[in-house]
Amino acid sequence: MTGITVINAGSLSTVQDGGRYGYMSLGFSPSGAMDTYSMKLANLLVSNSLNEAVIEMTLLGMTLRFECNTVIALTGADMSPEINGKPIETYTSVEVNAGDLLTMKLAKSGLRSYLAVAGGFDIPEVMGSASTNLKCSLGGFEGRKLRAGDFIPLRHSIPLSLVGERRVDSENDYPSEYEVRVLLGPQASLFTEKGIEDFFSKEYTVSDKSDRMGVRLEGDPVESLDGVDIISDGMATGSVQITSAGTPIIMMSDRQTTGGYAKIATVITADLKLIAQARAGDKLRFVAVSEKKAVSLLKRENRKFKLLQYRFLCAAWRY
Amino acid sequence: MCDIRFLSCGDSAVTVELSRDINEDTNKLIRYISSSLDEKHLKGVIESVPTFCSLTVYFDPFKTSKARLERAIRRIIEDYKPSTINGGRLFHIPVCYDGELSPDMESVCAHTGLTRDEVIALHTSPEYLIYMLGFLPGFAYLGGLDKRLETPRLDTPRTLIPEGSVGIGGKQTGIYPLASPGGWRLIGRTPIRVYTPHSDDPILYKAGDRIKFYPITYDEFVRGECKVRVEEVTP
Repeated sequence: MTGITVINAGSLSTVQDGGRYGYMSLGFSPSGAMDTYSMKLANLLVSNSLNEAVIEMTLLGMTLRFECNTVIALTGADMSPEINGKPIETYTSVEVNAGDLLTMKLAKSGLRSYLAVAGGFDIPEVMGSASTNLKCSLGGFEGRKLRAGDFIPLRHSIPLSLVGERRVDSENDYPSEYEVRVLLGPQASLFTEKGIEDFFSKEYTVSDKSDRMGVRLEGDPVESLDGVDIISDGMATGSVQITSAGTPIIMMSDRQTTGGYAKIATVITADLKLIAQARAGDKLRFVAVSEKKAVSLLKRENRKFKLLQYRFLCAAWRY
Repeated sequence: MCDIRFLSCGDSAVTVELSRDINEDTNKLIRYISSSLDEKHLKGVIESVPTFCSLTVYFDPFKTSKARLERAIRRIIEDYKPSTINGGRLFHIPVCYDGELSPDMESVCAHTGLTRDEVIALHTSPEYLIYMLGFLPGFAYLGGLDKRLETPRLDTPRTLIPEGSVGIGGKQTGIYPLASPGGWRLIGRTPIRVYTPHSDDPILYKAGDRIKFYPITYDEFVRGECKVRVEEVTP
């Protein structure tokens, strides 16, 4: 059997890829991995295309039994993974054999961990994506979160010799206090000068009511000129909505496509990985940057992926 | 057309605001821009979401820039001739307004002072324009509810509303395309599936189309034989 059996599904584990695009105008959330940066690194480490479907685990990791030989990589939050009771490294390609048991625990820091398997999961795409949309019971593994007893098929059983040993610096020492860079707008003009000033100077605490839809923040309310109700308009992943209570919600992968609260700012794409790993109780501050800076940070990230891909390919040719 | 604003929606999206109030002309212009973007396959444009007064365009910042996109959209708007835009489609959708399928009919009658038959007559007479889809897949924000039917939402939203429920919430009316929580007052239910999962064309209608409801009996609802009739609307 070419696949993996779920022994314990952890707290919330779903199949996600780069997201479902082209259907937002009909009201479908983009879905997809919350931390696409970690997802891409995991895929890179097993020689997959960057947006291949992975398993996203939340806070508490899974226990899995491999039914075939394969190569895996774990990135994102460190959930102390072990194979047959022996610790394995994260941010590294790891060879596993049929019958091996992978166990994981609570995330040491950060919130979400990503498991990629060489050759990819054999999960059919629905509307152009393998991502799970929980609200619509759509895509991913039968449109739902993974459960104990599920058998997740793999496309191939690929040996390590084909992938090559791949390793990158781990980036899972997540701080609990950080700055999040944003671009102002689209509705910053609906807030008072004091409101904007507070938004950038006050500290916010990540609420435990956060989920894949949005990361809710607690803190002093942001003052608006005349309320935060707007005629519903489109939003983006990273949109910072201010609710009627005056507190921000950062809209994430399972967000609605449109909304009726004013959006004071948008988190830059390069910093969404911080929000995806934000844990209840984390402290954050918003910092404004220019659009040019936001795009250059994203380009730098993209160059890093290209370079790693090239490096791994060159290393493979030397065998 | 001089008060068009390009609002920043981060490094990968821009909201093009075309007016400050909800009206059919703006909706037509938004529909034109969105279909032009689809036809032109502008480099770097991923998709766009039409809403009441604006269009949010999602793009790949490696392939295009906000400035370049803004210029392209301004050129599209310059070529706009309202007469060339088609009128969209008109969907005749069956609704049963009876018994258990209309749990809030009584409260709507009480609030509006209308009889049940009057509510049905007023609800089934307009051709509602779909301004936008949002909230849920296929959830249509409709314009054109008769003022006499306006009824405030429930104080406490229901935790689960069945698929196909038709409701009134304040100045709006619409269909719940899938089971979900919600606060609108439910006056009927359609046997028609608005949302077909696992299809590449999963939603029956899109923004710019129109909906007209027609009443059916409880027997017709249960038999589920009622069909949607679709007409092309001349501009």
